[in-house]
Amino acid sequence: MKKVDVEICFGTTCFVMGGSHLQELENRIGKDLKDIVNIIPQNCMGLCKDEKYNQAPYVRVNGQIVDAATIEKVIDKIKREIDE
Amino acid sequence: MSNIKLTSNLNKEVLVKLIQAFESDNFPNSAHQIPFKMRPKHSDPQYRCCIHKERAAIRERVIAGLGFSVADDDQAKLLTEYAEEALKRTELSSEVLTAIDTACKGCVPVRIHVTDMCQGCVAQSCMISCKFGAIKIKNGRAVISADLCKNCGKCISACSYSAIARLRVPCEEVCPVQAISKNGLGVVEIDFERCISCGACVSGCPFGAIHERSQLVDILKAIKSDIPVVAMVAPALEGQFPESISKLATALIQAGFSHVIEAAEGADLTTAHEAAEYVERMGKGEPFMTTSCCAAYRELVTRLVPELEEYVSETPTPMHYTAEIAKERFPECITVFIGPCVAKRKEGLYDDYVDYVMSIEEMGSLFVARHIELSECEDYKFTVDSSSEAREFAITGGVSRAVSSAALKGTEVDSFCIDGMDKKMIALLKSFAKKGGCNQGNLIEVMACQGGCVGGSSILNPPKSATKKIKDYAAKGQTISKIPEDIHA
Repeated sequence: MKKVDVEICFGTTCFVMGGSHLQELENRIGKDLKDIVNIIPQNCMGLCKDEKYNQAPYVRVNGQIVDAATIEKVIDKIKREIDE
Repeated sequence: MSNIKLTSNLNKEVLVKLIQAFESDNFPNSAHQIPFKMRPKHSDPQYRCCIHKERAAIRERVIAGLGFSVADDDQAKLLTEYAEEALKRTELSSEVLTAIDTACKGCVPVRIHVTDMCQGCVAQSCMISCKFGAIKIKNGRAVISADLCKNCGKCISACSYSAIARLRVPCEEVCPVQAISKNGLGVVEIDFERCISCGACVSGCPFGAIHERSQLVDILKAIKSDIPVVAMVAPALEGQFPESISKLATALIQAGFSHVIEAAEGADLTTAHEAAEYVERMGKGEPFMTTSCCAAYRELVTRLVPELEEYVSETPTPMHYTAEIAKERFPECITVFIGPCVAKRKEGLYDDYVDYVMSIEEMGSLFVARHIELSECEDYKFTVDSSSEAREFAITGGVSRAVSSAALKGTEVDSFCIDGMDKKMIALLKSFAKKGGCNQGNLIEVMACQGGCVGGSSILNPPKSATKKIKDYAAKGQTISKIPEDIHA
C-alpha cells in the first residue's frame, strides 16, 4: 500500500498559531496508521504568505492542504485518504 | 494537560491584527476595524451564537490588547478612541489582568445539578442530606432550588446513583487564592487586592475570558523611536520554538529591537548572591530560606502570607539584574523583558530598571505580523554566555540546583521544590512559617507554575517539548563558577 505523506509546517507562523501541538501527531496516530503514514516535518512551506489560504497552522496530507490544522483534523484527513 | 488552548490562538490572531493595525497609515481606524475584518459581513460564527457576539468579544480582546481594562469599558466608547489613548499614554496601569465580560458566559452561578441519572428513589437521601432545604422531590425526581442551594455538595455524596453533579467553574477552581469569582450577573470579577497575578485563570478559562493588559503599543512605539530598545529574553524562551534562542534573538532584531540579552545572564548573578545569602542565613542558624525569583510567589507573600516574608531570599531576580546590566551596557536604553509570565508584568511595574514586559504570545504575534521566519535567521552573538545552571531556571528544580552548585564547598544544600502553587501548596508553605521550620529541606524553591516557567500562561510550546530543549541547551553551556569572593549577600 502506498504510504500517506503528512507534511507538517513548523515554520514560525504555523508554530505560533498552534502548530506546536502537531509535534504530538506521531504519538497520537495509533497503531493502525503508524506504518502507513509518513510524517515529514517541514520548515516554512510559504502558505502563510498566500492570502488565498485561510488560517495557520498548515499541514499537507498527500499534497492537499489542511488549514487551521489540529491533530484531530489531520487524523481525519489521513483516514479519508486511506479510504479513497 | 497542556496550557495552550484554542482560545490562545484566537487571542494571538487579535494581537497579530493589532500589530498590523499599528503599522498601517491610520492606527486608530485600523484598530476599530479589527472585529469587522475578523468577522466580516455574512461570515459564519465560529464559537458563538452569531458574528455580532463574536465581534463584541473580539472588540474587548482588542481593548485588553491596547492595555485597557474591560471592566471599565462602557461599550459605547470606540476602539478608535482607545487606540488614540494608548498612543498618547506615558504611564502604565498598575493592574495587569482584565476579564472579558462578553467572553465570560459559559459557567452558571448555580453549581449543583441533578442529572438524568436520578432514579427518584425511595430513600431520598439527597433531600435528607441537604441542610438548607434546597432539594424537593417533584414528579419522582429530585429538584434543586437555586435560591436555597449553597453549593455545599452534601447531596452529591449522599446520592447512591451518583446522579448529582457539580458544574465546575474553571477559573475559580484554578485560582490558588480565591481572587476570582462570579458576580450576581454571572460575570467574572477579579479581586485585585487578593490577586497574585499568577496567570492560572488565564490558562484555566476555557472561554479565554481573562486577558493580560498588553503593553504592545508602548513597546511598538519605543521600537519606532530613536532610543535603543533592549529585549531581555527569559530562560523559558529557549524552549518555545524549534530553533535556538540565538536565532530567536536575531528574529527580535529583525522585529526592531536594538540588542538582545539573555535573562540567564542576570540569573547567574541571582545564583551567586542567593547562594551566598543561603550560606550566611544557615550559618546564623535560620531554619530555611525560600527562593525569590518567582514573581507570583513574591506577590503571594506580600499580599497574603506576610508571615513567610522573613524566610524569603532578599536576592533580586534575574529580570532585575538583567535590566540593570542592560541599562549599564546600553545607556539611555528602554528595557523590555520577554517571558511567559503574568506576574513578571507586575514585578516590572515596581522595578525601576524594567520599562516594559512582553508575553511570549505577543512576541510570537509580532513575528507572525512581520513575517519573520526563525529558521532563516542567523545565529545572534550574545555579549556574555549564560551558564548551564542559569539556562535551567525555567524548569522546576533548576534554581535550587544552581544555588547548590554555587554554594561554598562543604555546604550541603537540602532543597525542596514547590512545583505548582495550588491551594494545598500554599497551606503547606503557611505551615512552614507557622512552625518556623520545614522538615523537607532548608532551601525551598517555589514555582507558581507546574513544571516551572515552561508552564507559564503565555507559552507557545507544550512544557514537555520545551523542557527537553532547554535541557539540551543547558548541557551545551559551562557550569557556573563557585561564588566569587567579592559577592556577599
